[in-house]
Amino acid sequence: MLNLLNHLKTFPQGGVHPDDNKLSAKSHIQEISLPKIVYIPISQHIGKPAEPLVERGDTVKAGQIIAVHEGFVSANIHASVSGKVGKVEEIMDSSGFKKMAIAIRVKGDDWEEGIDRTPGLVKEIELNKKEILAKIMEMGVVGQGGAAFPSHVKLSVPEGKSADHLIVNGVECEPYLTADHRLMLEKPEEILVGTQILMKSLGVENAIIGIENNKKDAIKLLKKKSKDYRGIKIASLKVQYPQGGEKQLIKALLNREVPPGGLPIDVGCVVHNVGTTFSVYQAVQKNKPVIERVVTVTGKGLEKPSNFWVRVGTPVSHLIDAAGGLPENTGKVVSGGPMMGKALADISVPIAKATSGILIIPEYEAKRAKEYNCIRCGKCVEACPMGLEPFHMMLLAKKGFYEKAKEDNIMDCIECGSCSFECPSNRPIVDYMRLGKIMVKKLNN
Amino acid sequence: MSTKFLTVSPSPHVHQEQSVKELMYGVVIAMVPALLFSIYNFGIEAIYVTSLAVISCLIFEFTIAKYLLQREPDVWNGSAIITGILLAFNVPSSLPWYIIVIGSLVAIGIGKMSFGGLGNNPFNPALVGRVFLLISFPVEMTSWPVPGNGFMEIDGASGATILGSLKEGLGNGESMETLMVSAPSYSELFWGFQGGSLGEISAFALLLGLVYMLYKKIITWHIPVAMISSIFVFSGLLWLIDPTQHADPLFHVLTGGVMLGAIFMATDYVTSPMTTKGMLVFGVGIGLITVLIRAFGSYPEGVSFAILIMNAFVPLIDKYIKPHRFGAKGFLS
Repeated sequence: MLNLLNHLKTFPQGGVHPDDNKLSAKSHIQEISLPKIVYIPISQHIGKPAEPLVERGDTVKAGQIIAVHEGFVSANIHASVSGKVGKVEEIMDSSGFKKMAIAIRVKGDDWEEGIDRTPGLVKEIELNKKEILAKIMEMGVVGQGGAAFPSHVKLSVPEGKSADHLIVNGVECEPYLTADHRLMLEKPEEILVGTQILMKSLGVENAIIGIENNKKDAIKLLKKKSKDYRGIKIASLKVQYPQGGEKQLIKALLNREVPPGGLPIDVGCVVHNVGTTFSVYQAVQKNKPVIERVVTVTGKGLEKPSNFWVRVGTPVSHLIDAAGGLPENTGKVVSGGPMMGKALADISVPIAKATSGILIIPEYEAKRAKEYNCIRCGKCVEACPMGLEPFHMMLLAKKGFYEKAKEDNIMDCIECGSCSFECPSNRPIVDYMRLGKIMVKKLNN
Repeated sequence: MSTKFLTVSPSPHVHQEQSVKELMYGVVIAMVPALLFSIYNFGIEAIYVTSLAVISCLIFEFTIAKYLLQREPDVWNGSAIITGILLAFNVPSSLPWYIIVIGSLVAIGIGKMSFGGLGNNPFNPALVGRVFLLISFPVEMTSWPVPGNGFMEIDGASGATILGSLKEGLGNGESMETLMVSAPSYSELFWGFQGGSLGEISAFALLLGLVYMLYKKIITWHIPVAMISSIFVFSGLLWLIDPTQHADPLFHVLTGGVMLGAIFMATDYVTSPMTTKGMLVFGVGIGLITVLIRAFGSYPEGVSFAILIMNAFVPLIDKYIKPHRFGAKGFLS
């Protein structure tokens, strides 16, 4: 009975329970050697690509700005290493598309002046609201949970709306990934100060850090440390995918539903990932731009599943080598987690600001199983956290009835993959959801 | 290393373990207790009827898929086996062999393959077969071997089911009280010492199957619970109004095909609604129609008809009963 009263928070509708396989949960975040060359894409965020400021042959220092944001919804890009700028050309990035990137041949490790690289904690927040926002923008902070939305945009509350809660997303509901988990364990105070900075910037009194209950050590540590910080609560959440989806997390923590097509700010919330929160701390307190992040390198066949501090632009292959090399039976390499990550065609693509992990999938799990007829079992409907009917959407998209799909709210789909995961007939439901969404967007234009 | 070819496909990159095949064989396993009990009760004939139905269903599915529809037959996905067992569960153990074969042909051929095979049939195939037989061979389909004859004694005695004798008795003007004297006790009904179709008699054995399927997450509780409780409520209402003409609710729930229907027939994925709310409506509808047929219809038993009628309503239920759209306001949205 006590258990029932104390039950863990969760979202009430839909969701699935994939094996969490957190192989690298116990592995400390390690420094990794610098690669010979880095490729820094000028578009690592949602919005316009940044405008390059350097040319081939220029010498740059780590932390130096090399591409400046183009308009408001964009983000600055900084050199992650010191060395000589090579080609500025299109290369394939983790999305599989060719994107403009700046190559830097690594030489030494010189850092730009004014960046505080000492490990000491700076607790006092000296900047005011406006200065914080400017600093976050200057340092190129973007959402590190996956979508890479520029953080300063999220923090600029539009007129007529107001926030009463900041939510820090430490859920990490994707199986395998442990980057956020390790960061919370190793940099708890920094995350808490980062949270206070975000609270100050938004002018809110309350913040909740939501963590899934499979990270009990992080919950315990942050609960203990958060006592010294005003207005920050730590909430443990049930292990249920997609608990870390922005809308699901707000529902679980505050019982508010973001309206269809709306944003968290519509229900008075702003959500930031713990990795982003840490970057905010570094930007504001240490004057350090986002040029490195924690990346989990993991997988069942991998020799040493690990968490690394990785400079942005480092090729994926460099990380895999550091984790023991690509296993013989590798079938697929995924950037991100198994539920929403992107399969890579080539492991020389660079790590970006929002790359949380590299997952190596063995051959025997890499191929999709044979597709069968829909048997109307309803498991996709039960699994959908947005209250859609995925089986029906798939048929509509397959047959090209995009108008009807739009009427039936296909645009609500968050592409979490729960429906495809559950389908006993192995139907590629999310593939068709994506197709449907793209076609509906075209219809709208 | 650079020559290594990687698989590139969209997310998700993991999948749960349960395939259609495993779900189907899970249902077959869940039917084993009821099958064992019917063997205990009706003897070797139960095995004979069940195997004949299953084999006929497999052969018909294979033949129709290969030669009529000209596609790769997929008989081992388990669905034809389920149809076969369910058809056998719905007939008396004394049924002649050719009637079983005809029933299987109708179930698979008309009930399932004519609509395009697994996933496309609007009606539960086994029930289509069963109802066809009930209408075509009314005598054979309602001659029940007396239970308890099992392996112990070979005896050709046959009698009516308790629902049948109630209906007949009430029609002849006998009172409910005198009729109930000869009825089996609740515990006999629960364990399964009553006359009836092969697999429907033991509520206990069927409930074991339900527990297994719930535990394995093959089905959810919604349809069985909605259907059984609605039969309880509606028959209870009639009983409260006139106990001399209507049997009590517990009696209704434990007799006839209620348990078999609620656990194995109404829960058929293909022919039941997609949403949990829809499943509740579906279950309540079956319960209501069953009670109406039992109380006012000319057949003593109405579960099969009730399920088939509600099968026809499934597209309508799915059209109007939608899951809660995340973020939408209002009661029905």
